[in-house]
Amino acid sequence: MIKVKNLHKRFGKLHVLRGVEVSIKKGEVIVVIGPSGSGKSTFLRCLNLLEQPSDGEIIFEGINITDKRNDINKLRQKMGMVFQNFNLFPHLTVLENITLAPVKLKNEKPKQAERNALALLKRIGLEEKADNYPAQLSGGQKQRIAIVRALAMSPDVMLFDEPTSALDPEMVGEVLEVMKELASEGMTMVVVTHEMGFAREVGTRVLFMDEGSVKEEGSPEEIFSNPANERTKEFLSKVL
Amino acid sequence: MDFGFLSDYSYYFLTGTVNTVLIAFLTVIAGVVIGTLLALMKISGNRAFRVAATAYIEFIRGTPILVQALIFFYLIQIPDFKVLGLDMARFIPGVIALSVNSGAYVAEIIRAGIQAVDKGQMEAARSLGFTAGQSMRYIIIPQAIKNILPALGNEFIVVIKESSILSVIGIVELMRSADIVKTAIYRPFEPLLVTAVIYFILTFTCSRVLGIAERRLRTSD
Repeated sequence: MIKVKNLHKRFGKLHVLRGVEVSIKKGEVIVVIGPSGSGKSTFLRCLNLLEQPSDGEIIFEGINITDKRNDINKLRQKMGMVFQNFNLFPHLTVLENITLAPVKLKNEKPKQAERNALALLKRIGLEEKADNYPAQLSGGQKQRIAIVRALAMSPDVMLFDEPTSALDPEMVGEVLEVMKELASEGMTMVVVTHEMGFAREVGTRVLFMDEGSVKEEGSPEEIFSNPANERTKEFLSKVL
Repeated sequence: MDFGFLSDYSYYFLTGTVNTVLIAFLTVIAGVVIGTLLALMKISGNRAFRVAATAYIEFIRGTPILVQALIFFYLIQIPDFKVLGLDMARFIPGVIALSVNSGAYVAEIIRAGIQAVDKGQMEAARSLGFTAGQSMRYIIIPQAIKNILPALGNEFIVVIKESSILSVIGIVELMRSADIVKTAIYRPFEPLLVTAVIYFILTFTCSRVLGIAERRLRTSD
């Protein structure tokens, strides 16, 4: 579904990504771990071109998205993204946050979009917050709604950029629960996270990134129980 | 102190007040149009646009409005004709000068208002598939307006006060009315005091109305 070939990203003199090679199949839950500054967030942000790669190719559903002739806005509609800081739209109600994109971009009828949005809200148990503004919600609620906002576009893949890092500890669980459920329904997911428990339990494959490239990848058991790479061992000994 | 002159001369103050409000109103509308264009140029990707807008803003903000008003008065030559008793040969260059001046300040207000919106908002909008233009329209501008409107209201108040400068090119606004009355009654103090009070009533009313509008805008916070 997604093929990343020799991906490089430079910020001025800083060489953040140094030849990332990844291939992601439909239904996989890829968990990207690694020390801060290893380039994992940059890698994720390159997948939907929030960062413009300096070099290399990203093929999404057979289309080279780094080719400027392809309409990235259309492609992004199929790639949901969830941010560390939620980035809900503060001037819109919860319901409007969810329905804006489907109505404006996919020409869904407002009534239909609202029905879908309410169904999604019901699934995460927040349908009574539909008419609230984001400022009235807790961090965990905001992030669950941010997930639902992305899902309302019926994406083929969901990208998560440290979705629980900005949350109070007691709210991490409710967000991970929604992500687990999503994974169990077969959603293709790429998750950058420091939640090793989630990586182990939900991930179908774990990528360990360091110094701008994927140093090791494998099933959660392989990575967590029997890491081959020295850097992976060192990292895991510090975080587990 | 003797305000007895008011019975004979209040007509002058009334005309002056109406003209001052008219000038301020036209200036703010034109200033917002000019300012929006400049702000968009300043945040655009095009270097030539950015340089042009910056040059305009810096030059206007770096020169006295009195000089600007006089330059426009001599630069724009219009044959004499009157609309609603206003001498257009003076009125038009005057309003243009104020608008050109105000536009530079409004541009900075709008630019700052747009850039104060968290950049995560643009990223979230783009990640959903909105184009840059759509993101501006649906996500950034509605939030920026909340930052912009209070400052824009202040700009309206500033323009009411600065329009007094147009008295030097002979437009009969409030300040010029005071001059006329002053000369007619051979006393400077009372007409100036009346003028100051009228200016204050205008600006104070505006700031009150703005305060209410601002509170209404804050429903989502």
